[in-house]
Amino acid sequence: MEIKIPELSLVLLIGASGSGKSTFANKYFKRHEVVSSDICRGIVSNDENNQAATGDAFDLLNFIIAKRLKNRLLTVVDATNVQKESRNKLINLAREYHTLPVAIVLDLPQRVCEDRNDKRDDRNFGGHVIRQQKQQLKRSFKGLKREGFRKIYKFSSEEEIAEITQITREKLYNDKKDLHGPFDIIGDIHGCYDETIELLEKLNYQIASVSDNGKNYGIDVTHPENRQVIFLGDLVDRGPKSPEVLKLAMSMVRSGVALCVPGNHDLKLQKKLNGKNVQLKHGLAETMGQLEQESEEFKEDVREFLYSLISHYILDNGKLAVAHAGIKEEMQGRGSGTVRSFCLYGETTGEIDEFGLPVRYNWASEYRGKAKVVYGHTPVPKAEWLNKTIDIDTGCVFGGELTALRYPEEELVSVQAKKVYCKPAKPLQTESDSNLSHQHKYDDLLNINDVIGKRIVQTRLRNNLTIREENSIAALEVMSRFAINPKWLVYLPPTMSPCGTSELPNYLEHPQQAINYYKKRNIEKIVCEEKHMGSRAVLVVCKDEQTVLERFGIEKEGIGICYTRTGRNFFNDEKIEKEFLSRTQKALTSSNFWEKHKTNWVCLDAELMPWSAKAQALLKEQYAAVGTSAKNALTEVEQVLQQTSKRNIEGIDELLKKYSNKRKSIDKFIDSYRNYCWNVESIEDFKLAPFHILATEGQVHTDKNHEWHMENIKEICLADEKIFRVTPYKIIDTQNEESISSATQWWTELTEKGGEGMVVKPFDFISYGKEGLLQPAVKCRGSEYLRIIYGAEYDTPENMERLKNRGLSKKRSLALREFALGIEGLERFVRKEPLRRIHESVFGVLALESEEVDPRL
Amino acid sequence: MLLTITTTYKNTTDLGFLLHKHPGKLQTIDLAVGKVHIFYPESSEEKTTVALLLDIDSIDMVRGVRNLSGKGFSLGQYVNDRPYVASSFMSVALSKAFSTAMNGKCKNKPDLVDIKMPFEVKISVLPAPKGGELLIRKLFEPLGYSVNVERHQLDEKFESWGDSMYYTVSLSNEVKLKDLLSHLYVLIPALDNDKHYFVSQNEIDKLLEKGKGWLENHPEKEQIIKRYLINLNSLSRQALERLNEGIETEDIEDEISQEIKEKKETLHQQRLKLVLEKLKESGANKVIDLGCGEGKLIRMMLKEKQFHNITGMDISYSELTKCKERLHWDEMAPRQKERIDLFQGALTYKDKRLEGFDAAAIVEVIEHMDENRLKSFERVVFEFAKPKNVVLTTPNGEYNVMYENLDAGTMRHIDHRFEWTRKEFENWANQVAENNNYTVQFSPIGEVDEKVGAPSQMAIFEYGN
Repeated sequence: MEIKIPELSLVLLIGASGSGKSTFANKYFKRHEVVSSDICRGIVSNDENNQAATGDAFDLLNFIIAKRLKNRLLTVVDATNVQKESRNKLINLAREYHTLPVAIVLDLPQRVCEDRNDKRDDRNFGGHVIRQQKQQLKRSFKGLKREGFRKIYKFSSEEEIAEITQITREKLYNDKKDLHGPFDIIGDIHGCYDETIELLEKLNYQIASVSDNGKNYGIDVTHPENRQVIFLGDLVDRGPKSPEVLKLAMSMVRSGVALCVPGNHDLKLQKKLNGKNVQLKHGLAETMGQLEQESEEFKEDVREFLYSLISHYILDNGKLAVAHAGIKEEMQGRGSGTVRSFCLYGETTGEIDEFGLPVRYNWASEYRGKAKVVYGHTPVPKAEWLNKTIDIDTGCVFGGELTALRYPEEELVSVQAKKVYCKPAKPLQTESDSNLSHQHKYDDLLNINDVIGKRIVQTRLRNNLTIREENSIAALEVMSRFAINPKWLVYLPPTMSPCGTSELPNYLEHPQQAINYYKKRNIEKIVCEEKHMGSRAVLVVCKDEQTVLERFGIEKEGIGICYTRTGRNFFNDEKIEKEFLSRTQKALTSSNFWEKHKTNWVCLDAELMPWSAKAQALLKEQYAAVGTSAKNALTEVEQVLQQTSKRNIEGIDELLKKYSNKRKSIDKFIDSYRNYCWNVESIEDFKLAPFHILATEGQVHTDKNHEWHMENIKEICLADEKIFRVTPYKIIDTQNEESISSATQWWTELTEKGGEGMVVKPFDFISYGKEGLLQPAVKCRGSEYLRIIYGAEYDTPENMERLKNRGLSKKRSLALREFALGIEGLERFVRKEPLRRIHESVFGVLALESEEVDPRL
Repeated sequence: MLLTITTTYKNTTDLGFLLHKHPGKLQTIDLAVGKVHIFYPESSEEKTTVALLLDIDSIDMVRGVRNLSGKGFSLGQYVNDRPYVASSFMSVALSKAFSTAMNGKCKNKPDLVDIKMPFEVKISVLPAPKGGELLIRKLFEPLGYSVNVERHQLDEKFESWGDSMYYTVSLSNEVKLKDLLSHLYVLIPALDNDKHYFVSQNEIDKLLEKGKGWLENHPEKEQIIKRYLINLNSLSRQALERLNEGIETEDIEDEISQEIKEKKETLHQQRLKLVLEKLKESGANKVIDLGCGEGKLIRMMLKEKQFHNITGMDISYSELTKCKERLHWDEMAPRQKERIDLFQGALTYKDKRLEGFDAAAIVEVIEHMDENRLKSFERVVFEFAKPKNVVLTTPNGEYNVMYENLDAGTMRHIDHRFEWTRKEFENWANQVAENNNYTVQFSPIGEVDEKVGAPSQMAIFEYGN
């Protein structure tokens, strides 16, 4: 004999002590699937038979069951379960998690149970206990079905049990994960047959009249690309041709060209056809009237068809869920009365509005599930995505449109209603005063739960990344106090690791190590770009304000933004910001950027100079302060030592030499920081050097190589050379020594002229080596520049020796994690995901930035 | 970095005896993070000069003591002025190099110790943040020094950057050597206002020991103590109390009560008192202080039985830590503790934890947010958290003209993003009330000026009609 149980169910083994429940459980179920009350007793009291521990043991048992059910795991309860009350608790637990309860009853003769218990030295309770349990069990038999068990199996002898061949786990009816579409999902039809036909034709379905085989009503619908229709329910009521719609849908479902989930109107019709006393309101009267023309046989057919409909479907490997009124994440792919009623009616608050209709709770605003949910039920003027859900009931019967969502294309296809068939009880959701889309409006406010605490962020490039709580704490403060409107903040740049420490005596960093990093990892082609010394800037620039509104959901904040690597506004002065962004926008426009890249916006990664423009405070409080204090003190020291030197005291000349060298170092230090400072008097004193075109509409440009980036950026730069600066670069072949030495020579020239150094990148934006993702870039800084990082006297032999002892692994790990998160944020933005998903990534970068890493690297 | 002491006292070479350092030699003493060199640039009958030259190893400095200046894990730790200036390192060098002289001992010529001699001191260079030349004079002149200072420009190539906080200072005075050394020992770090080591309890002892005989009568005593102990309030208060122990009690009381009186009447106290009053009037039992900072209002509320449930939220984790310290959180009785809940949060994110309160206090918070973030703030507080009452305060920008030290067009606090006029505030608050079904009333905080109003302003919101 074969036992069949739903693959997600709560199985109660029911039977007296000694009836063989544990043996049964261990034979047919996996180790972790069985939760035993005896074992729980043991865990909480060290004694599996300690009856005094029953309370605690069952608390634990219930807790484990709840966790398992929440995680969608079949669970078997190994306890006597002979009392109705104890079963009730478990059934309620199953319901809470929308899983189906199953009963397997082992009703073995008393003798068998007693014999078994006698053989065990840890069980010494008398026969009366078993007798009592047997009696309780007997009393239970009749009521099991009513208690709510979906399946009940009963075995009364060892022989019967021996006949069980296997326990088969059946998929739930709603599980259609193996169907991958493509689908055309159609919203509430309500008897609008003509519009349905028009829509199907528009979707390229071939509708043919064929002979009626008793199942197809003479209709045959096919699609040349084998697309499938999904009807979201509410086929009937209110409209003119409900029977025709039913015939069409039934025929399509039966031929396999369509799936159908039930709507509340369909269910009501089914009840009516079942002979239940149903009020003929909300359009049912019309349907019943239309059905009068139809045969009894047809009505019976309809009744059966409607009865057979499954509340919702999970499709395409769990990536898509469809239900008439929507479905919450925790209900998807589960079964219970609650799930069914949610799918039919959605969530209501219990209140009634001024039109006498139930007040609906917008469950979609809290939806966080992975599956996209397509639903109908509530007529809306326009189908719009919100948190991966979309309501496509555009109120055809009320004179709106009949809408289909093409999946996976996510295209909306609609046909206009031929007339107003029914006046809505209340006007279709009134247009709000805001110009924002639902998603953008919803995104106006982020939820703190999406950023605080320990977080794990899934990224495409590096799988799961952990953000520690202490880092979230730091990031929350910075984000909330200083960062720009999160809707602008689609990206934060990663930190960049320096190259390995040079082995050459006078260098801390040298191109050799930078090139070697990639060479050793079998990257043949690399790019060296001049590293500008300014401040990192990310720019988001839109073609016009309309784009800002539509794509970013921002109103009255200009045509773009320029922000720092910690998400702060780059410019403190609004006027300058506006002027700067408008210059950038003009350059993009005049270089035909929008047309060339088929976009209305762009996100650029850049360096904005001079350094002194943004780092004024740092320069004044640190660099110039060190410079002036050291220079003035050392001048005095030199004089005093020179004076002392005349006195011929041993050791003074040596000291003089030492301090003269200090003095020279500080002069170089001052020269070094001055290289990156100039006064900004007009907008043209700023110089912007972009180096990545990060993203445009529909694309994150990490699939392009750096030559593409540099050349495309050059076009923008040439459009306004007064504020843009073209970044010089070289492509280097790591297999060619000559090519390598040309890079070194170039770096030497750049840094001798006071340049910061260069950045070395693999030719492709994203490169992998044996150890996985490679550093997207390593920097190689010039010797004089390093003075402002490591201190004026860093290059004395004794200092150099100590400073060379530096570890890069932490910095490199950080750089990779931030890179992965940054790109993830952009990809999510480009996929038009809800803001919280983008913010999560960006917040992650900021949080990681608060990790302690040597800031000199 | 460099300190020279010159004397023209009749037997100038006696300085060598007094300092216990041979004028013909270069001596080098090890310090924790480097060395100090002692030598005599000049030693003649007419004039003798001794020089103290610091030789600080900046790399060692970072390795040894980390994260002292509160700058966190930043570059400032690695590239800074410490090796080049006179700071607490100089005090340590002084006490190491000249400990006998500082203690007023001289084996060979004990009579010299108590003789006042003409001294000239030159310090290259001395930082004097938040005080500058005026402060240098205020610290040295009362002790009889004539002071000469030269202020250094930040960078002559960038004149617009202005002057630095560094000075080359020359002092001259007729004074006992041991006093001179003690003065320098205390006043150099006080001017510098930074410490290279952790300031702890025994710092007070050092200060009192070195300040014996002159600090208690110094008119800038309080400031010296505060700056020497780098503004650690409780430590400086303790030091002040201990310093006053020798003086008649009347004076102390007068001084303390004066201080307290001043503090009590500060605007902030007034504001908090008024906020507390409004919260009490609202009849609230369950209250939340949004932006509680170090918890002044929370401590006030704790004393009121009416508030059964007091919650504090702040964006700054370090402020919350301070708040817990001030509340003596760890030792608090369980019953008291039950009444309080503290957590980090931000008013720009929707937050379930903020729901269900009778009243919320939002004291001097909104002006720290960019104006374009206020809509989020409004929704978080008034649309979602929805406390029955909200007491909200913000500065009245009109009143700024009354502050003499405030330049026109600038704000009271560097982090203020705006300071609204009464009209602006009222417009905003009325709109917020209208949007969210609240009623609102306004109240000034502090003395009301006929023209510009009170220094601060308050809106009291009540939910429903």
